[in-house]
Amino acid sequence: MKVLGTRRHPDEAVGPGALAVTVAGVRAAYGRIEVLHGVDLAVPAGSVFALLGPNGAGKSTLLAVVRGQLRPTHGTVTVGDLDVTRTPTERLARAGLCAIPEGRAVFPNLTVRENLRVWTYRGGVSMADVEAATYERFPRLAERRRQLAGTLSGGEQQMLAISRALVGSPRVLLLDELSMGLAPLVVAELYELVASLASTGMTVLLVEQFVTTALAVATRAAIMVHGRIVREGPPADVGDAALGAYLS
Amino acid sequence: MSDFLQYTVFGVMLGAGFAIAATGLVVTYAASGVFNFAHGAVGMTAAFLYWELVVHDHVPVPLALVVVLLVVAPLFGALVERVLMRRLHGASAERPVLVTLGLLVILTGVATLVWSPTVTRVVNPLVAGTFRLVGVNIEYQYVITVGLAAVVAVALRLLFFSTRTGLALRAVVDDPDLLAMAGASPNRVSQLGWVLGFVLAALAGVLIAGTQSTGVNIAALTLLVVNGYAAAVVGRLRNIPVTFAAAVGIGLAESYVNSYAVPHLAQNLQTDVPLVLPMIFFFVALVTVPAARLRAVGRLTTVRAQRLVGARQAALSGIAFAVVVVLCAVALAGDQSNGTTVLDLAGQVMAFGIVGLSLVLVTGYAGQVSLCQFAFMGIGAFVMGKVAGGGSLLGLVAAAGVCGVLGALVALPTVRLRDLYLALATFAFADAVATGFFADVHVFGSGGLTVGRVVLPGLSFGGDRAELLLVAGCFLGCAWLVLALRRSLVGRRLVALNDSPAAFATVGLNVPATRVVVFAVGAAMAGLAGALYGTVEGVVGTSDFSVFAGVIFFLFVTTWSVRSVGGALLASITYVVLANVWDNGLGLFAGAGVILVGRAAAGILGAEPLQRFAPLASRSTGRSGPAGEALGADSRAAEGAFALGSEARAAG
Repeated sequence: MKVLGTRRHPDEAVGPGALAVTVAGVRAAYGRIEVLHGVDLAVPAGSVFALLGPNGAGKSTLLAVVRGQLRPTHGTVTVGDLDVTRTPTERLARAGLCAIPEGRAVFPNLTVRENLRVWTYRGGVSMADVEAATYERFPRLAERRRQLAGTLSGGEQQMLAISRALVGSPRVLLLDELSMGLAPLVVAELYELVASLASTGMTVLLVEQFVTTALAVATRAAIMVHGRIVREGPPADVGDAALGAYLS
Repeated sequence: MSDFLQYTVFGVMLGAGFAIAATGLVVTYAASGVFNFAHGAVGMTAAFLYWELVVHDHVPVPLALVVVLLVVAPLFGALVERVLMRRLHGASAERPVLVTLGLLVILTGVATLVWSPTVTRVVNPLVAGTFRLVGVNIEYQYVITVGLAAVVAVALRLLFFSTRTGLALRAVVDDPDLLAMAGASPNRVSQLGWVLGFVLAALAGVLIAGTQSTGVNIAALTLLVVNGYAAAVVGRLRNIPVTFAAAVGIGLAESYVNSYAVPHLAQNLQTDVPLVLPMIFFFVALVTVPAARLRAVGRLTTVRAQRLVGARQAALSGIAFAVVVVLCAVALAGDQSNGTTVLDLAGQVMAFGIVGLSLVLVTGYAGQVSLCQFAFMGIGAFVMGKVAGGGSLLGLVAAAGVCGVLGALVALPTVRLRDLYLALATFAFADAVATGFFADVHVFGSGGLTVGRVVLPGLSFGGDRAELLLVAGCFLGCAWLVLALRRSLVGRRLVALNDSPAAFATVGLNVPATRVVVFAVGAAMAGLAGALYGTVEGVVGTSDFSVFAGVIFFLFVTTWSVRSVGGALLASITYVVLANVWDNGLGLFAGAGVILVGRAAAGILGAEPLQRFAPLASRSTGRSGPAGEALGADSRAAEGAFALGSEARAAG
């Protein structure tokens, strides 16, 4: 597998290689409804960290805070040694943080090829290399390169979405519910990619409802319930506690 | 043959000007998802500014072009995006459209104040002179316009499909947050779209103004760019080559119709048809382009369900209102304001209030944005003036009936349209009626149409006091009808239709029929209002029912609240008072109002503090029965959902 490119804005880079992500005392709300009630989380550099928990626990909200789309009311988010709590999403992206949000994170009215081109917006990588790496990994996308992304199947859209992680050597990868609505075989294919990306040295923070799938690739995990982290540790320890969290 | 070639050359030139305007609209829409109703007004303002620099201040043409096209237009576009549009991110989709309507009436209002319409202003072509080719006289201006249009089309095509910036422009509407994750600033990308749109609007304005040999007119120039709207709709507001081809086709069609068909029409139609053609093209484009191809970004529908007024509260408010009107009628008799009796003004308020009520029904409850209520009002006044000698109960009934039927006829072809496209279709219809019908000398006549006061056997409403009581009684009756409809099964169906047409249809209810009936009832109410307005005023004319006046009134209603009787009444008071104090400033106030209200979809009366305390604001009393309470609960849930806004999409 090929992971591409160099950074265009070295001044915005926060250090070589994978970066640790630290969340300290984060509270976040939608209007008057507080969803996160003081979350502390330390994602070690180079780890694959699985954040587990039932629906409505606040996992996706936490990722929205980390990627700069939702401002916390309290607390800080640190990537490497840089406080990014109020940094706009686009600056974080240019600094090497790659986020694949929940749902089908593609532009439906652009073709597959045009979507890949948008991923190169921050520059520093050639379109030919991006296409070569993507199509090598997902040959089906090569067949559909001129097709509108909105007309692809759910699995193909998710392949296209995650292909962004192949562009520009991201230092931190945030994945939100990668398996949502997908067939088991497709999920396995996507998580195989996650594992190989992690082996290149990037930090991966993934939110997932399928405990077994997530823990299979994770090096560390935590359980979130009702906007709080209730358990954190090695996957083996957290896995035992996960069932209780889902049933509670 | 040479005549045909001559008309063809002129048509292509005309179409090229429209193409520049249309592609500007497409660029703005592609990058922001907002249809800029002020696009024509921006072109008009640029043309007048260009005239000011070149003719009035004797600035050299190249310098004037640089100032207008490369300095003022881009800065204005960037400013509009930054100050007016950016803060509407995440608001319901109707808000940006209303703000562009506000900008439209502000620009036309300012232009009227700065450049007096009584002065003739001729904008010279960029390059004067002609040359002859295969027996056809071709002006250099034609060549420049067609050349620029071609350059703009090719450049935009390359920008959109061959550059990363262009891809970002196309992607930002789909998902601005995702674009940010790719490292681009969605705000800057959208701003670029507005800048490009304003520059192209200005270029189209200057070029089209150069073809107006008898001088430029604020309203006409603003609406002339509407030809571009039709082309943009044919191109689905996305496809630049199709938009370009459609614009040239429309230019050719206009040229041929004006040259071959118009000279054979009756004398008065020879003036009317050329004026109304652009709007006919626009209307036809809207109702013929397949529905599946007309996908608007967002929905122009209400986000928060309106709360119910209980039957008891409505009755008490009605009684209080009647007492106030009677006291006013007694106390104000004979008082004068600008030569008009205060009772007349109160009568006008009631008449416009009925138009406001029709908007509450059509737009507030059913979510159908109608910009043509003043057209129905004018038709109602016309019918009232012509039926049974111009002052009879029959006239009132006929006005409502004719407008109801016309409303149904307008609704039938437009029933498949939703949201933005319905707003555009009603705008086109309103302008077609105003320029093609009201402006005809046989309709209102040069001195206006006389409408008599209503006389019934043994009962005359000839006096101002009795007239006020009649109009106020009609207002009260319409208010009762609107509130009763809202409380009834029909009202609940309207809310359901507004919330989800698909769900509405899946439970076996007829979506098209409901829409047609609501639109027709609203048109009938507007027609009745027009008839009553005629009886109050005595004489009515074209300017009373112009498309701009209709837009201004619509904005006042949405500013106060398009979902409550109080909003309709307050909008009417605002409109009548300002029209009598400073007529030319109406647009400025209406535009400022809608801009200040900003993202608050429920208007001033929908603000939370007023919802709690103001009797004029619609609110649930808890006495409206189980259904009302249930809807009240729905309303609160909807408010919660609205508060979450776009951020909710990312929430876990």
